[in-house]
Amino acid sequence: MTISIRSVEKTFGRFPALNGVSLEIADGELLALLGPSGSGKTTLLRVIAGLEFPEKGQILYGDQDMTFTSAAARRVGFVFQQYALFRHMTVAKNVAFGLDVRKGQAKPSKSEITARVDELLKLVELGELGKRYPAQLSGGQRQRVALARALAVNPSVLLLDEPFGALDATVRKSLRKELRRIHDATGVTTIFVTHDQEEALELADRVAILNKGAIEQVGAPHEVHDNPAGAFVCGFVGEANRFEGAVKGGRFQSADIALPAPGVADGAAVAFVRPHELVLAPADQANLSIVTERIAPQGAVVRVDGATASGQRIEAAFARQNAGDLQPGAKLSLAADRSYVFSA
Amino acid sequence: MTATETSQIVASRRPMIRRRSAIPGFALTMGVTLTILSLIVLIPLSAVALKASEQTFPEFLQAAFNERALTAYRLSFGAAFIAAIINGVFGVLTAWALIRYQFPFKSLVNGIIDLPFALPTAVAGIALATLYAPNGWIGALFAPAGIKIAYTPLGVVIALTFIGLPFVVRTLEPVMRDLAADVEEAAASLGANRFDTILRVILPALGPAWLTGIALAFARAVGEYGSVIFIAGNMPYKSEIAPLLITIELEQYDYAGAATIAVVMLAVSFLMLFVINAIQAWARRLGQ
Repeated sequence: MTISIRSVEKTFGRFPALNGVSLEIADGELLALLGPSGSGKTTLLRVIAGLEFPEKGQILYGDQDMTFTSAAARRVGFVFQQYALFRHMTVAKNVAFGLDVRKGQAKPSKSEITARVDELLKLVELGELGKRYPAQLSGGQRQRVALARALAVNPSVLLLDEPFGALDATVRKSLRKELRRIHDATGVTTIFVTHDQEEALELADRVAILNKGAIEQVGAPHEVHDNPAGAFVCGFVGEANRFEGAVKGGRFQSADIALPAPGVADGAAVAFVRPHELVLAPADQANLSIVTERIAPQGAVVRVDGATASGQRIEAAFARQNAGDLQPGAKLSLAADRSYVFSA
Repeated sequence: MTATETSQIVASRRPMIRRRSAIPGFALTMGVTLTILSLIVLIPLSAVALKASEQTFPEFLQAAFNERALTAYRLSFGAAFIAAIINGVFGVLTAWALIRYQFPFKSLVNGIIDLPFALPTAVAGIALATLYAPNGWIGALFAPAGIKIAYTPLGVVIALTFIGLPFVVRTLEPVMRDLAADVEEAAASLGANRFDTILRVILPALGPAWLTGIALAFARAVGEYGSVIFIAGNMPYKSEIAPLLITIELEQYDYAGAATIAVVMLAVSFLMLFVINAIQAWARRLGQ
């Protein structure tokens, strides 16, 4: 189902949590709401779910206005960071809950419910664990149960609030792939909140980046990474070295670095260079020079920490075969393959 | 033989109960615990049983289960049970109000809940008896309808309700606070209405703590003496509670008879505490 969010505003006390947010989510899309804590991403998700209500604006499911419809009537699947399982019920009962509380005609028969629960437990690969209690499961398994429970009601949209936040790194990685697989298998429109940009970029069809209750940019993962709309997105998505300086006549200049800045107005500006877009260069072609402090080979890349003459910290990452024999304390000349300059 | 082998053998010769532990002070704390427990609880209670065993077995049965004693047990346990149920209902509502809502004088109300813990029970008994007597403020309201509260078993239930209230409230509060709001939101997002959410999600989650609170209120009420004797009227075969019967027999220098009733109450109390512990163990297994 298509979800439309139109100029939604929401405040908590005097603190504006959402500041006129508009967003369209296409049918069957997997969208990530990405932002730092306090950016309003969870509030936006809860407004979509009907767990919070906006002061201004509209929420549409398809062409139906749902702005003030209760969560119970919206048919959403909501997955919480802390699982929120019913711990006095078995796994199977948890998954069946959404079907079990239906009334009269809408309630499926016992055998239909059992069949649906079995099907969902298989989908999340917990086929054998229906009789267990949540307390007997690991964190990753509990989140799978929560996912199956949310999917049981055939939700028009699946909403996940930091679904992997409470899990350790390995489980998080595998569950991420799992979510993508389940999304592709069910085709349900899915929105998930995360502060982990790696997670958003790897998993989502599109990423919406929020900051201070407003959307900074919406786009495919490679778009927001390669063509950031502003300084915030550039600094938040992917790693970047940040330089503060000024633009004059299409050139950015700071204490340490000079960069081309075509089309940027004169005045104070910030520039970003990603670590992997810094390359070793002869001194006469270099944009900056650093003294290395730490050389750390990590898989296919060598990560280099260093500082410029003025003390600005620089991170660079070279492909292993290009790195040669780097030593701490060496002086390196670096050129920026690519840079981003924004008016401050 | 190396040094480590030697020390392993020495360690294995230690008594089983004393495991090697990084936390010091096992011997000291266990010793003090057992001493205090013996001096304060175990020895006096064994003395009671010993005293009761001075009689022959038929004498014991006669003292334990004569008509007057049986009525007293029935009143003590029956009234305590009714009071515990009343506290179970109002306790859950009170705890809910205290946890979920903000209202004026909330901390005052919160303090009043604990009053039955702190107040001398005799004071409570006299106050309740005065209020619920046929000419008292509340008793006068019921007197025209022919309902007598003070000096009847009904009065006993009121006194026991009074002293048991904090147990249910204070046992439920932490569990209610822990009951994350997201569980309720999860139920709502799955289409459950408020009624279903309360009935199928909240109450079952509170269940074990609730039972514990009711059991504690019940246990407290069974042993209550001070507040009840003022409001009960203390008529044999009618409004006489078992602890009072013990006092009466003591006053008649029938120590064995008093000890006998005490042993019966002791056995029942022990059984109840056993049940409470079983409930708590069950709750721990369900909890995370």
